[in-house]
Amino acid sequence: MALVDRRNNGTETTRVLVALVENKPGVLTRVASLFRRRNFNIESLTVGHTDSPDVSRMTIVIDATKTNAVMVERNLYKMVNIIDVQDVTHSPAVLRDLALIKVKIDGQTRFEVMQLVNVYRAKVVDICADSMIVEVTGPEAKVNSLADMLKPYGIIEMVRTGLVAMVRGSGYWSGMPPANDNGALEEAESGVVSLGM
Amino acid sequence: MKRTGAQIVWESMLREGVEVAFGYPGGAIMPVYDALLDYPVHHVLVRHEENAAFAADGYARASGKVGVCVATSGPGATNLVTGLADAMMDSVPVVAITGQVASNLVGSDAFQETDVTGVTLPVTKHNYLVTRVEGLAGVLKEAFHIARSGRPGPVLIDVCKDVQVASTDFDYDAIQVRLPGYRPVTRGTEDQIEAAATLINAAQRPIILAGHGIILSGAYDELQALAEKGHILVSTTLLGIGTIPESHPLNLRMMGMHGEAYVNQAVQAADLIIALGMRFDDRVTGTLRTYAQNAQVIHVDIDPAEIGKNVVADIGIIGDAKNVLAQILPRVEYQERAGWFAQIEEWCQDSTRRDILNQESDNTLHVPFVIDQIRHSIDGNGQVTIVSDVGQHQMWAAQYFRHERRNRFFTSGGLGSMGCGLPMAVGAAFARPDEEVWVIAGDGGFQMSLPELATVAQERLPIKIAVMRNGYLGMVRQWQELLHDKRYSGVAISSPDFVKVAEAYGILGMRADQKSQVAEVIAEARAHPGPTLIDFVVEQEVNVYPMVGPGKALHEMLRRPAA
Repeated sequence: MALVDRRNNGTETTRVLVALVENKPGVLTRVASLFRRRNFNIESLTVGHTDSPDVSRMTIVIDATKTNAVMVERNLYKMVNIIDVQDVTHSPAVLRDLALIKVKIDGQTRFEVMQLVNVYRAKVVDICADSMIVEVTGPEAKVNSLADMLKPYGIIEMVRTGLVAMVRGSGYWSGMPPANDNGALEEAESGVVSLGM
Repeated sequence: MKRTGAQIVWESMLREGVEVAFGYPGGAIMPVYDALLDYPVHHVLVRHEENAAFAADGYARASGKVGVCVATSGPGATNLVTGLADAMMDSVPVVAITGQVASNLVGSDAFQETDVTGVTLPVTKHNYLVTRVEGLAGVLKEAFHIARSGRPGPVLIDVCKDVQVASTDFDYDAIQVRLPGYRPVTRGTEDQIEAAATLINAAQRPIILAGHGIILSGAYDELQALAEKGHILVSTTLLGIGTIPESHPLNLRMMGMHGEAYVNQAVQAADLIIALGMRFDDRVTGTLRTYAQNAQVIHVDIDPAEIGKNVVADIGIIGDAKNVLAQILPRVEYQERAGWFAQIEEWCQDSTRRDILNQESDNTLHVPFVIDQIRHSIDGNGQVTIVSDVGQHQMWAAQYFRHERRNRFFTSGGLGSMGCGLPMAVGAAFARPDEEVWVIAGDGGFQMSLPELATVAQERLPIKIAVMRNGYLGMVRQWQELLHDKRYSGVAISSPDFVKVAEAYGILGMRADQKSQVAEVIAEARAHPGPTLIDFVVEQEVNVYPMVGPGKALHEMLRRPAA
């Protein structure tokens, strides 16, 4: 009940927030501006569509050694265009990062690399005589691990999407307040938002 | 009904209760100004757009309604920025309307085009660029709702010129505003309230810190009831002045960098801080590392992002102060706390001995004396709103003008924006036409907004302006004296003959340079039905005490020596 001071106690290095945002022009700018203005350290930010055309979804990974995630969550919550925010760090959630890694190969190493790719259940999505592009999906640690394994062969280019996250189970999170005649003019009662209190 | 965009702007405003708008016309806002002629909104032509924003801000502080300012695109809009930043920092509800180039020219670096929604993004609560007339009325309705609800703040609407002339169907009542992401929390949970009451009842040395949020939520009665019912002393922030009568026996008065020493000592010694609608600004806390080390903290604020930002709260309650206090009150019990009160009384005596007003001086003039004289002149003799500019005189106005009535002291608190005084007073004068409005300004800040004397004259506003002329940018000079070995850099300031300046604008000008003249000029200014300006020639090098130096602990105050 007392406010838990979640400022990093040395044990947590990253936290993952998921935000549902209105699909309107400028929302990404507002979020980016907030992070810069408040000096929040962000490791990754991904944005994409949801099942609703009016709603986009952001996954934000925070460097918790430098930034208080509760403050990020609350500052996001108060933004007009942000419908809802959840901290999923401690929820059972599927966390996925996708990477494309272009790696050097030659006649000798080609099959070695392909074996590695198979071990990681990654895919070869492009190949030519002296390079191939590997697509790998998984938690960040898995992607990091494959990247480490491929490094000795020579990584030419790499791109990662940044983490996306979804809580497990059948619950549906719309973030939307129940529709009523007053629409948005209805103010939230206490307890409707948790905000890490 | 078909309406043009320009008509929609004013009709929507009328529906929102707008009576006065402060602005400055220009190319990209001309259709709106054309339509203005057909609507009963009084337009006040300021002399610089920054002052339109400050006037809207002052109007909002004084009326409790949303203040409105209007400017054209490009330079008109960018000039609003400082006033909007002030409203943002001090949580003042303002709606700004700016003209923008036609929607087909946006992004082309057209004449007087600026990315105004980009520029104002960090200094507004929310902003809009309107490129289609169909969306305009809904945006206006949202903007007023966002500006005045939750934690109030400025909202800017940038309206393309073609939108102002295009027509659409208009039915304000039929507009369904839906802001799914905007749901301010207004009351505490049962658990939070119960825990807060338990802490309050158990505390031996509690102190309430009352901020601007009390005024914004209208929680005056609840604040006083909490203080009286629990027998708890109240200290206020700069913007919390006027939340509880200054003569109230439980009012400790202002805390912080220039708060009285006994107040800061009390904060440092307290075992419970009950922070209500305040945000632990660094000017309030001193260095955080040593702030209120003995205290548990209950923090009530409507903005979730304020709780835990600077000071970790043991109990954080997101909600409107009025609601939350009403929830807590029935559970609070009276406690004697005799030792605590005796201790503070002792500290208080020491502060009285060091008070500048209680020290011997010759006939030379200093600002606290002038402010004390204004207060004595008005005491029980009318209602007055004091608007202060920023600097030494601002702190003295906070220390020496004892506000008995609610919400009668306006100044740029969080932003500390010099030049705010006169234009804020213009706004306040429109909100309180039957009340005396005084501006307290220094010679520095006053010269930043001096052209607004023309607005005062044109609108025949009976504002009383007290300029404290010490020939220095006094607060910076004080810091240079105390922190930079008296190396005065860029702080000596000359002034025109303010009496002649006033007369040039058709305003009664007076001067006082001795103590013996002060009461007389104040009385004369008050008796004069029109605007007046008094040039007070004050001591050049006087410091505001006590002072908590930057980065220092709240109890490490520089004190004025006892007489």
